[in-house]
Amino acid sequence: MTTFEVSTVVPEPRRPWDHSRGTLLRVGVLVALSGIFGWLLNTLTGLSGFLGWYVGLAFAMPVVAFVGSVRHGWNLASDRVASAVITVAFAAVTIPWVSIFVTVYQKGSKAFHSKYLTDDMRITPSSDVIQNGGVAHAIIGTLMMVLIASLIAVPLGILAAVYIVEIKGRFAKLVRFLTQAMSGVPSIVAGLFIYATVVVFFGGFSAWAGSLALVILMLPTVARTSEEILKIVPEDLRTASYALGATQSRTTFRVVLPTIASGLVTAAVLGIARVVGETAPLILTASYFVAKSTSLNEPIASLPIYIFSSLGLGDENATTRAWGGSLVLLGVVFILFAIARTISTRLSRK
Amino acid sequence: MNNETGTTKEVSRRGGLETVGVHAWFNKHHALADVSLHFPENTVTGLIGPSGCGKSTFLRLLNRMHEFIPKAAMAGEVLFEGEDIYAPGVNPIEIRRRIGMVFQKANPFPAMNIGENVIAGLKLARVKTDDKDALVEECLTRAGLWNEVKDRLKAPGGSLSGGQQQRLCIARALALKPEVLLLDEPCSALDPGSTLRVEETIVQLSETMTIVMVTHNMQQAARVSDYCAFFLSEGGPGHLVEADLTTNIFSNPSDQRTADYVQGRFG
Repeated sequence: MTTFEVSTVVPEPRRPWDHSRGTLLRVGVLVALSGIFGWLLNTLTGLSGFLGWYVGLAFAMPVVAFVGSVRHGWNLASDRVASAVITVAFAAVTIPWVSIFVTVYQKGSKAFHSKYLTDDMRITPSSDVIQNGGVAHAIIGTLMMVLIASLIAVPLGILAAVYIVEIKGRFAKLVRFLTQAMSGVPSIVAGLFIYATVVVFFGGFSAWAGSLALVILMLPTVARTSEEILKIVPEDLRTASYALGATQSRTTFRVVLPTIASGLVTAAVLGIARVVGETAPLILTASYFVAKSTSLNEPIASLPIYIFSSLGLGDENATTRAWGGSLVLLGVVFILFAIARTISTRLSRK
Repeated sequence: MNNETGTTKEVSRRGGLETVGVHAWFNKHHALADVSLHFPENTVTGLIGPSGCGKSTFLRLLNRMHEFIPKAAMAGEVLFEGEDIYAPGVNPIEIRRRIGMVFQKANPFPAMNIGENVIAGLKLARVKTDDKDALVEECLTRAGLWNEVKDRLKAPGGSLSGGQQQRLCIARALALKPEVLLLDEPCSALDPGSTLRVEETIVQLSETMTIVMVTHNMQQAARVSDYCAFFLSEGGPGHLVEADLTTNIFSNPSDQRTADYVQGRFG
């Protein structure tokens, strides 16, 4: 007789493995101790400023981590030292990153006034006082060209990846080789190519030509990324679809691609990130314009060229405008990425 | 199995593995309630019951694999040689080295060949071994695979058949010389021949180690295990209905639900 009565008293659920609070406390103490040590090092030696303090901290943290944990044995100590080194390295990567944002914000925000995002430079020279003119024309131009380039490059890139991974056609190796080679093409060469083909033969600088130059740069990034994502789709999924009597195209478009939808968004984001700040190819294709324009057959403004041309003048107001354009460009990239992230999570939640 | 464990909550100092009033949650979902069991040393215990009754969850609680699931929680104690493995200061890495686990689906590491797969645990744990070849041979022999693969240890693990891959995974678990081996439906994807061989392996291993296995196969539980524990969820959290010598469970169960289940009347 070994049956069991289940106790009706349900104990409180617990998570004995959750040490996050302890870890937070430990890291806090570690950073504080290392901070003091770094400050001491700073005052005793010739180091100075924030970076000097950071160098002190970078040396102190692994040492403090080691001293604090060695009594618990070598395994834990090496673990803690490795964590400290990673934290220090993480901070080292974060410093220039944050520094860029802070600098661009500080200098760029000076260019902002109430109509900065809605006005253009049609009657304002770059050296004019800041209260006049704006970047609206450049925002429109950049968004238009990136949108057109994405509409062409993203489907084409995904199809190229499908050709390489799913169809495994006769030229699959060649296509892979070419996309690989294309990803190494300098952006100015892509611009020159479009200049020599589209601009020269089809009536001069235009938004079209600018978009096509961006397509050349975007395509290899999208194709390569999509290819790598397609490769990790389990073969079982394809087999299961084929076993239901599905054709290859139905399998690819109804089973394989939806499975990796969020990954394909990432591929598109990487492609956009590759081209949104490109300047050189646009100089040779979309050229330069000062007014708001949505015509695809005319030259068009863009944020990178707005920055580039303003900076080239050397005038104080023009330089401030260049920083303002940089801040707007960062904002545009941020918004585009936020949209892509939202789409991506929507897709993967399904 | 000793029936005192079911009701008393006092900490005993028995060998082997023992759970005292163990519960499990996933987020707010109460998946497993109040399981108290003792797995004596060098025995095979089969955990049986219909799908979704918490057997696998219970198994994963025994070597601290449960905590890998986000928002999982637990209550109660799991005593390994008298010490609670969930006590503060216990290193879960060490626990998993001493309590090995083999999963339902064979999962040899694709980037390693057969020989490397066997000693993968030692490599990953950075344990030094004097004679790797001897260890590989010993583990593969104990897993009943040596004769089939001795000429192709350099072949990738994925090139083996399903049954061979599963025995390779057992060999891989054995290389760490665990004191307990947890098996989660180790034969559910195998053909009868491979199943037979894995079962023989399990019986041999139980001479030197404690084995806990989840199985849906009643004949397998009857053939292999010394003790059986029957789980049931009945709409609420999974719980233990009956635990006893396997012969009693199959020939003379105390609970009508156990009798119905082992005779195939439901589940």
